[in-house]
Amino acid sequence: MSEPAPATNYLNWNYSIRSWLLTTDHKRIGLLYLMGVTFFFAIGGLMASLFRMELATPAGNLVTADTYNKLFTLHGVVMIFFFLVPSVPGVLGNFVLPIMIGAKDVAFPRLNLASWYVYIIGGCITLYVAVTGGLDTGWTFYTPYSSTYANTKVITAALGVFITGFSSILTGLNFIVTTHKLRAPGMTWMRLPLFVWAIYATSLIMVLATPVLAITIALIAIERATGIGIFDPAIGGDPVLFQHMFWFYSHPAVYIMILPSMGVMSELIACFCRRRIFGYSFVAASSLAIAIIGFFVWGHHLFVSTQSPYAGMVFSFLSFLVAIPSAVKAFNWTATMYKSSVSWQTPMVYAMGFMGLFLIGGLTGLFLANLAVDIHLHDTYFVVAHFHYIMVGGALMGYLGGLHYWWPKITGKLYPEWWGKFSALTVFIGFNLTFMPQFVLGFMGMPRRYYSYPVEWQALNVLSSAGATILGVGYLIPMIYLIWSLKNGKPAPANPWGAKGLEWTTPSPPPMHNFEQTPIVTEEAYAYGNEGHGHG
Amino acid sequence: MNKLFNFFPESASTVAGPLDSLIWFLIGLTIFFTLGIGLTCIYFAVRYRRRHVDEQPVQIEGNLKLEMLWTIIPLIIALGTFYWGTRMFLGMITRPPDAVPIYVVGKQWMWKIQHPDGRREINQFHIPIGTKFQLIMTSEDVIHSFYIPAFRVKMDVVPGRYSTIWFEATKEGVYHLFCTQYCGTSHSAMVGKVIVMSPAAYEEWLAGQSVGRKETMVEAGTRLFTERACVTCHDGRTGAQGPLMRGVFGKPVELSNGQVVVADESYVRESILKPQAKLVKGFQPVMPTFAGQLNEEQILQLIAYIRSIQSAEGTTGGQTK
Ligand code: HEC
Ligand SMILES: [Cu+2]
Ligand SMILES: [Cu+2]
Repeated sequence: MSEPAPATNYLNWNYSIRSWLLTTDHKRIGLLYLMGVTFFFAIGGLMASLFRMELATPAGNLVTADTYNKLFTLHGVVMIFFFLVPSVPGVLGNFVLPIMIGAKDVAFPRLNLASWYVYIIGGCITLYVAVTGGLDTGWTFYTPYSSTYANTKVITAALGVFITGFSSILTGLNFIVTTHKLRAPGMTWMRLPLFVWAIYATSLIMVLATPVLAITIALIAIERATGIGIFDPAIGGDPVLFQHMFWFYSHPAVYIMILPSMGVMSELIACFCRRRIFGYSFVAASSLAIAIIGFFVWGHHLFVSTQSPYAGMVFSFLSFLVAIPSAVKAFNWTATMYKSSVSWQTPMVYAMGFMGLFLIGGLTGLFLANLAVDIHLHDTYFVVAHFHYIMVGGALMGYLGGLHYWWPKITGKLYPEWWGKFSALTVFIGFNLTFMPQFVLGFMGMPRRYYSYPVEWQALNVLSSAGATILGVGYLIPMIYLIWSLKNGKPAPANPWGAKGLEWTTPSPPPMHNFEQTPIVTEEAYAYGNEGHGHG
Repeated sequence: MNKLFNFFPESASTVAGPLDSLIWFLIGLTIFFTLGIGLTCIYFAVRYRRRHVDEQPVQIEGNLKLEMLWTIIPLIIALGTFYWGTRMFLGMITRPPDAVPIYVVGKQWMWKIQHPDGRREINQFHIPIGTKFQLIMTSEDVIHSFYIPAFRVKMDVVPGRYSTIWFEATKEGVYHLFCTQYCGTSHSAMVGKVIVMSPAAYEEWLAGQSVGRKETMVEAGTRLFTERACVTCHDGRTGAQGPLMRGVFGKPVELSNGQVVVADESYVRESILKPQAKLVKGFQPVMPTFAGQLNEEQILQLIAYIRSIQSAEGTTGGQTK
């Protein structure tokens, strides 16, 4: 596939703003998402840098306690609902999933555009909340604090999250139907790239779990607005019921955030090892297993919330169980590298970073799944460190790895390789410096969401804040060189990595309808041994 | 300050030691697998690095035996850890029969502690070594969480219900008491000190405190029981409208719908605030609700009183300690 790129592609056929804002092309929508999530990531990151600065000294002195509370709340809301959840599916899923299965577009292109608008509307409402009084409930919205006691803009913020939820649901729906209906001839289920499997499993969770979040958030707004007792015991409600409903969404949501990145990982490892993923079917099945078991572990957030100890035991057991499919993935990725041909290019450096951080994140999950240990560690910085290892160390590393991997395809430009590696390494080091001390702080008993803290914990907190600075630089560098590459990068060939997969058979950037003619698939995914390409 | 570089939490209760062994086991496990897999990856990445551009490695499909192996071994480790943690958890939550009750009310943003002898403390908590204490806790507003890291105990303090924890301190010292459930503006100021003393020092401290001491919790409860006219229905006369209170606490109660429940703190609380929610078999739904008329502390005093007459033989107003 080395014929010269055709003159028109999805980027240059029309430059008007209108052609972007009304586009139904999944590739352009992917780029719209890229702008959205990058913007929200910057906002969320800014908030984090402010409160990390506050935490450099034990006493509260940079901002007020209320401001601090609003900062960590909005950091959580923005990063989770407006960055992590839509990042990989919205940007990379939208861009490559249809191409990977040999389709011209997603099943419902207009619905796809609607998803983006719904996401942006939700985001604007949240920004409005941020500038007009804020929200101070924590991203978890625990009742009765959120429903009765908080004096901040709870109802408006709830509306923002509620609306954004529909964007997830619609995107999920679109990917499910697309995967079922639009696969190219010969693209059987067992030939799907593992990224598609992961996005498919994620979409199932999005469609099944997000409505529960919508209901829960709506109930808070109803209780707050009308005084009907749902969660506040003072008016006849049950506050712990809220926690059950909230985590029924929010635990699976953890998998909405990490599964897509696991899918990216499989693509990266396969490509940069030139090797079919070891135990393909086990890796594919483990995505589904995670999606399913992940629905039954929510109670591990309630071990000390007066939930029945017997319920606690069941949830603890299932939480240990859900760790197994993740372990299976890690072992299979490692085995894929055995006797392979490893190339240390930027996406692979990110992939290796993912491995390290995800392993630590996953294994520290065993501490929290454990009933006795969770009594000590629950709601301390240990939990904060744990989920950042999964959701930033894992999900975000996967996202950045994927972005670097598909960047030449998306933009038709190559980025400077040296800077790519340097930024991956900076992120890895900065990340560990930021969050490793937080494990220790949690083990020592420092509660999360603390504006001021005992002096003996200053050293570790300063270390963490310093690490956050490095981490911040690590995120800024790619923003700069990726944007730089748009104009100055070397033109990318159709397949710069020598990768398998349909997306590499079409020019970079792809033509408007992805392929000149519908591909016919005759081989498995990652058929690296096969001579030639076999893709029609 | 050498405290600045101390990375180990104090361990000052009977559960801290065994729990730390489990934590150390898990830390070992984490290091083992992270380094094990991580170093293997790095080794492979170096050993099998791409030597020329169009290198094609041999293809390996997969291996069922290996898949089984790395499913089953982690499963066994996971189940073992689950078993270890769950057994310990059961010990941590089962209240020992000889534990002295202490009542805790959390509110934005302070901890109010009532000892059985009527002493009250705010954000401070004096206890002796070697005595088991059971905390019976509730909140006046939002959810808080009562956490003493040095004891490795934590429990949410939820409005509208009671939660309990117990502990036995083993080491003298002053320890942190934290609220770990985010509860608003001054969440991080909802902290206190737990002062653990030797039994002798504790007695001395108690003696110093007793000057001007008010009634004990049980005495206060006894007084309320009369003042609020509970006694008119619950005095055990034949023909009295309500059941006799003596001997109720801690025992199973048969309800009018045939259910049997144990009369614990939450049950008594519900009986006072929502009397019609669980009707005792053989009685009419005539008890008025006291919701809004008694505050959390008064309810706890009534409970302390009802608890104090839990053995049918005991005399009225018996001290809990
Ligand atoms: C008008 C009479 C009346 C008054 C006054 C009254 N109660 Fe009752 N109480 C009853 C009756 C009748 C029952 C049994 C039916 C039920 O469960 O509601 C009962 C049940 C109870 C029970 C459950 C007892 C069991 O055997 O399980 C408790 C505890 C209780 N009351 C506490 C109190 C307290 C404390 C007060 C005062 C603050 C009080 N009651 C005032 C009539 C009364
Ligand atoms: Cu969870
Ligand atoms: Cu609090």
